[in-house]
Amino acid sequence: MRLAILDSGHGFGTRALFALIRMASRQPVLDVIKLVKYRADFYGTPMGAVTHEAMRGPSAWSVGDRELMAAVVAKTSGCEWCTRAHSAVAQGAYRDAAKVSAVLCDLDTAPIEEPLRATLRMLRKLTREHAVDADDMRAVLAAGATREQIEDALAVCFAFNTVGRLADAFGFFQPGPEVFEAGAKYLLARGYR
Amino acid sequence: MSDIRKARKVLVTRILEGGGEASRSQRRAAFDNAETAEPVRTLIHKVALHAHQVTDDDVAAARKSGLNEDQIFELVVCAAIGQANRQHDSALAALAAATGRNEHAPRDSR
Repeated sequence: MRLAILDSGHGFGTRALFALIRMASRQPVLDVIKLVKYRADFYGTPMGAVTHEAMRGPSAWSVGDRELMAAVVAKTSGCEWCTRAHSAVAQGAYRDAAKVSAVLCDLDTAPIEEPLRATLRMLRKLTREHAVDADDMRAVLAAGATREQIEDALAVCFAFNTVGRLADAFGFFQPGPEVFEAGAKYLLARGYR
Repeated sequence: MSDIRKARKVLVTRILEGGGEASRSQRRAAFDNAETAEPVRTLIHKVALHAHQVTDDDVAAARKSGLNEDQIFELVVCAAIGQANRQHDSALAALAAATGRNEHAPRDSR
């Protein structure tokens, strides 16, 4: 990572936790964990509350749908790290790797329901152009998504519009797929807090 | 439905108004993508609008300008959250316009 403090500036207790994670998972600690545990009162703890509510709070969207949204937002912003990480979580949640790959490859033809497709299109535009308008929202509503579902999707987008920028700006190390697999299992079991 | 409003407000208040190594005005400028002094302006602008284009040199230049790593950490976090926040507000306003109702104001004030 570009800041040494994020790699090795943690306190003794956090470093001991990292050692435990390495032993238990037999994998290196993901850079996102190092980020959220560094001065956690500043960013990690308050952001974790936002992300957990967005990704695991009550919603008409499934966990898989929301992880897929995270992956699509990440791909749109060019954040390879988050795309790989959340593709792995979405694949685990859906138990369907082909569906996730199809969406990331071609949203227009992927085998998903229309409300989700229209929502993902709107999230892509919001991420790419940094704004959307009422017509964009009307298109999502016309496809069958409810206002509540759109708000829930926007919450996911807020979290990953933030995290993706930080992954790129701080230069997260790109680990092998097995590390993202282990991270995905953790996120499906424990969430983001 | 999920509800991030309270948690989002806590997050934004913490990074802008809580303690930190960067001054509150520096953090606010990063959040607003309104930093004027180089090289920090370039770093903040990239984080907000082209984060995948941030380079080692951008961060090194910020360090050479006199910022320590904790200050850079805080300013980058503020820049990322600030832009995500603007996008979120824009989208909620578009949704309110499309549905003809704004249910945010009353629920925010609870």
